[in-house]
Amino acid sequence: MHGRPRKATKQEDPAAAAAKSARLRELQSQLLHFHHNRIYTKEAVSVSSKLLEINPEIYTGWNYRKLAFQHNLKEVSDTDTDTDTETIKSAIEDELRMVEVALRRNPKSYGAWYHRKWILGQKLVPANFDHEFRLLDMLLKADARNFHGWNYRRFIARLKDVSEEEELKYTMDMINTNFSNYSAWHNRSMLLSKLLRKKAKGFHEEESILSDEFELVRQALFTDPSDQSGWFYHLWLLDQTSTPHKPHLVSSWPSDKLNIEISAQFKEKCERFPIIFCFNQQVDGVNLATVTINSKLVSSEHITWKPLSANNSRKSKIWVGFLENFNKYCDNSEGLSVEISVHCCESIVHLKFVMKLSHMDHQGENGDGFEELFLWDCPKSQEINPYLVSYDPWRLRVESVEEDTKWHLDTLSAEIALFKEMSECDEDSKFVKLTLARLLGAHNSIKSGGSAYFEEILKLYDDLIKLDAPHYRYYRDERSLVLLDQMTSSKDSLVEYCSRCENSSFSCINPQLCINFSGLNLTRIGFVERLLWVQILDLSHNNLTSILGLEALQLLVCLNLSHNQIMSFTALEPIKSLQSLKVLDLSFNEIGSHPVDTTRYLCSSPLSHTCNVTETMEELARENIKIGDFWEAILLFESLQLAQLDMQGNPVTNERFRVLVGKVIPCLKWLDGKPVR
Amino acid sequence: MHHRPSVKQPQPCDQGSKEQIIGTENRNRDSDVNSQNLFLPPFRSVSFHFSAFSKKKIPFQWERGFNRQKSPLLSPPVLLAAMAEIPTSDYPTIDPTSFDLIVSGTGLSASLLAAAASVAGKSVLHLDSNPFYGSHFSSLPLPSFLSYISSPSSPPNLYSDVEASSQSLPEPSRSFLVDLVGPRLLYCSDETVDLLLRSGASHHVEFKSVDSSLVYWDGKLCSVPDSRQAIFKDKSLGLTEKSQMMKFFKLVQSHISLTRSGTTTESGEEGGVMIPEEDLEMPFVEFLKKQRLPPKIRALVLYAIAMADYEQDNGDSCKMVVSTREGIETISLYTSSIGRFVNAVGAFIYPMYGHGELPQAFCRCAAVKGALYVLRMPVIDILTDKESNKYIGVRLASGQEIFSSKLVLDPSYQIPASLSPRETVVSSNLSSYVAKGVCITDRSLEPNSANILLVFPPKSLHQEQSTAVRALQISGNVAVCPSGFFIVHLSTPCEDAALGKEYINSAMKALFNSRELPAESVQAQTKEEGESVEAPTQEEGETKPTLLWCCAFVQELREASYDGAVSICPMPDANLDFRNILSTTRKLFQNMYPGEEFIPQNSAADNIDDDADEGSPE
Repeated sequence: MHGRPRKATKQEDPAAAAAKSARLRELQSQLLHFHHNRIYTKEAVSVSSKLLEINPEIYTGWNYRKLAFQHNLKEVSDTDTDTDTETIKSAIEDELRMVEVALRRNPKSYGAWYHRKWILGQKLVPANFDHEFRLLDMLLKADARNFHGWNYRRFIARLKDVSEEEELKYTMDMINTNFSNYSAWHNRSMLLSKLLRKKAKGFHEEESILSDEFELVRQALFTDPSDQSGWFYHLWLLDQTSTPHKPHLVSSWPSDKLNIEISAQFKEKCERFPIIFCFNQQVDGVNLATVTINSKLVSSEHITWKPLSANNSRKSKIWVGFLENFNKYCDNSEGLSVEISVHCCESIVHLKFVMKLSHMDHQGENGDGFEELFLWDCPKSQEINPYLVSYDPWRLRVESVEEDTKWHLDTLSAEIALFKEMSECDEDSKFVKLTLARLLGAHNSIKSGGSAYFEEILKLYDDLIKLDAPHYRYYRDERSLVLLDQMTSSKDSLVEYCSRCENSSFSCINPQLCINFSGLNLTRIGFVERLLWVQILDLSHNNLTSILGLEALQLLVCLNLSHNQIMSFTALEPIKSLQSLKVLDLSFNEIGSHPVDTTRYLCSSPLSHTCNVTETMEELARENIKIGDFWEAILLFESLQLAQLDMQGNPVTNERFRVLVGKVIPCLKWLDGKPVR
Repeated sequence: MHHRPSVKQPQPCDQGSKEQIIGTENRNRDSDVNSQNLFLPPFRSVSFHFSAFSKKKIPFQWERGFNRQKSPLLSPPVLLAAMAEIPTSDYPTIDPTSFDLIVSGTGLSASLLAAAASVAGKSVLHLDSNPFYGSHFSSLPLPSFLSYISSPSSPPNLYSDVEASSQSLPEPSRSFLVDLVGPRLLYCSDETVDLLLRSGASHHVEFKSVDSSLVYWDGKLCSVPDSRQAIFKDKSLGLTEKSQMMKFFKLVQSHISLTRSGTTTESGEEGGVMIPEEDLEMPFVEFLKKQRLPPKIRALVLYAIAMADYEQDNGDSCKMVVSTREGIETISLYTSSIGRFVNAVGAFIYPMYGHGELPQAFCRCAAVKGALYVLRMPVIDILTDKESNKYIGVRLASGQEIFSSKLVLDPSYQIPASLSPRETVVSSNLSSYVAKGVCITDRSLEPNSANILLVFPPKSLHQEQSTAVRALQISGNVAVCPSGFFIVHLSTPCEDAALGKEYINSAMKALFNSRELPAESVQAQTKEEGESVEAPTQEEGETKPTLLWCCAFVQELREASYDGAVSICPMPDANLDFRNILSTTRKLFQNMYPGEEFIPQNSAADNIDDDADEGSPE
């Protein structure tokens, strides 16, 4: 544990071990007998004492004692009122002594600690805090990093109402004794957060407090850069410095002042028009009350706001709402003008956009598109920039930067300079490199248009991947985010990855821009808030195992995920909410390669009644396909109206699977490049 | 105790029950030995921890037991002048008259030799002309200390240039115990400590740890960042300095642990790094430069951790270049000392009641093994065989002639040229003298610390200062002075007595406020030469402790020597620890009794009753 070898338990001689286990078994069965028959006599309770003394890990023993304690207490209060407090006191003392005995055997016994908290938490008699703190001192002297001890200390401090300032001083003492103490640093961060939030006396000036903390942790980092505990604290400080405390709106679709030209085809095919909000952190409470819509024809009531999150939580960074039947209103020549006000954390963001019918003609206006195979090789064309301008997702971001003060940038710059110096004399320290990368990233995120550090950060992560192989996945993920940040950071950089789709013949908002992020070694998706308007996205030839984040791209029509490392249908969960998706390329992934899918439990079970696919199921049964084997696939494809799907090159793909897909997606026109009959 | 210089009854040092246990035990076990051992040394501070020591394997119980001390400090030294007046008839008669070894003088080296010879089964007669134990390694009450070092009749020229401040001695002056060997300390992992444990002498001494280690830099006292935590807390080091220092320590640490585990071949693979052989041979200061350590850290490592005595930075003119190997060894000792004993906070320990306890403890071991002790018994003549002119015995002040095959003498003994040993045990003494200072104050140099080691690196006091000045503050908690007082010992090796004393006086000035420093006092013979130290500014002056009394003197460094039957012990050297004295003593012993082991591992076992389970060393 943390570089300290755990002492091997002493080998007991077999005879003693056998005797011990026999005794344990006997005591255990006695205990269960008493427990089931609700016998709480002195003798019965003493059996539990003996048992817990030998093995404090038996939860039933602790629970039995709780019941016994309550039972005996009730009896006392029923019969006699005079001796009340004395009896209670001695009962409590017995329990506390029992816990101490157990802790002597195992200072990290969850059950014992919990029992002590439970007893004291009842507050039946005033606790002897001196005794508790003495116990804690003894315990933390034996192992200064025993987190149970620290947890209990927080509990006792709260019970006694010890001031946070005092506890903060205690953490300092412990750090001074040995700064390699995760628990002490962690408690320090907790206490400081509280004090700063409360704006307690002496803690008004967050910036100067944090500066002092930076100074303190620097001493630890520079003294021993290979000790992790200080780096964790530094990470917390960095987070305090770089993350705005209040949530705010980062971007939206449609963005402010946008004129949307809608093709006639789109207007006809789609009845719902999505409005997407992206916040910098998870928020809740986006609803009719907080979002007001002001338009000639549409009003707030037409919209239900829904959080887009993987875990069905009510909080989300991304919220979506649909303008129903919008196509009825944008026929006239001025178009449909919509004004939206979002109330979020004491500030209001106003958006205004106009939807107009496009006058541009499209070739395949007849039919519902996708009569031809959609091909991904979009040629690069020159006149992309003007189109891109209209989708300016950066406008909102610039405005939100205002609140970042000089102090944050100064602090970050100072830290960057310091760690650059450190990395010069200590070239191979992964902590230095990682922290430097994070600092530079934080600096980038605060400073508007500060793109100067991208190459540097990428280089740092490349080094880290080589230097610290066991954690390469994390570094690859971070690297992917930096790369995506860089590519989407400005119009000029994004243009490099844009091309215009000439061959497409489907309903689309003008212009048909294809974003091509293929072959970039991406392992993770990020910065979707800058891509909300994207309809054609090529992510092929990367190393994606997850596509979390893509659920925000509600306008997406064509998605290429071929030649990645997606291993299961459950990993494609975010796609389910992409209602306009028509073309999906999943070829050459690893779906079906792993017999055990660790994310499968997240998926609704075929036995639950949350989905109604009985019809398809019956049909499949007729084809002699075991539904259980393809359940996730059925759920996924059921929710989509795909016209074109590519699945070849996945272990799961076989003839039966093709049959299944044909049944589950009735509207499918192309499968693996061949027309579905 | 009394002035009646008679044979002492076999007295268990005092009435305490604990100590009687030692007495009875000894009588029971070695009854025949003890029956003739009429001269058991009167120990002052014996305390008894056998069970704790041997069963739990916690060698020392530092703090406990101290308050159980009941004997008021005995004050054995009487006026030396009284010696001459003792009539011959009052001297005890010693029986038998022939021994394997006669040792005259009870200094540390002599006591170790007596103990080692006794352990090896030799019959030993141990004499001292003084009425107290320890000779030049003793701790004496302040008035006795002064008369000891200034007495012209006592060892000729060993102590010179004594100047004491004209202030009256702080009272009660006899409660101030001054080490003749000061400033001196033991590393927790030092061989001396091992020897104390091995011989059982540790039962007779208790130790306290030194609270902090300081260095005088840029006219200020800074703490020596000697551990990870100390580096973390240090306020005076810059961030890069911290990381450089820690990196250096880690390199040394990895080198040390790899050296210990003996995996020299596969060094690079285990993540550990060893210092290459050619680097180990280079001067330590060059190695530190190679590690890109800035000057301040170099000074800290060289003088406050590796304890170099001489300026290392002046290249070829340096008197004694510390090699990287030596430097690393000292650091290794230093770091392994930290945390060796649970109750010791730092690397260093100091014996309760002063260093005079150490020779006594070894005498006690010798006595337990049958050595015969007689104090107040000067050797007045050395007897030689008429024909071969070889040593055969000694004539005592009592007129009695005692014979032995080997003789060990105190360095102060004037020996006839014909017998004078020709072989010298060369130790590290490069200078001929060591200048020393003793100060008494009533305030600590640093608040919250009682016992403090302090180093003035070369050039920190004077531009020409070529040696480090070491100082040690000890307090009432080691029972060398009344509580509330502090004794500060200072020393620096020197060639020129005047220069050495000048450094000592400068160091005193830097540390203390005084209306009267010895330099300006009555006996001021040495005018300050060269650049004087800057006068302390007013605000500095306010924070400094005031000097109540002080003195400075110069001690001659004499090497040990041997020649056949006669060996002469060394004087205390200028080092911080006893390691050199110990290795010299070992050489003397090997010369006397080649083939005998110097206090072997189990020698303590048979005078400790309940040590049975400890008997087999791990």
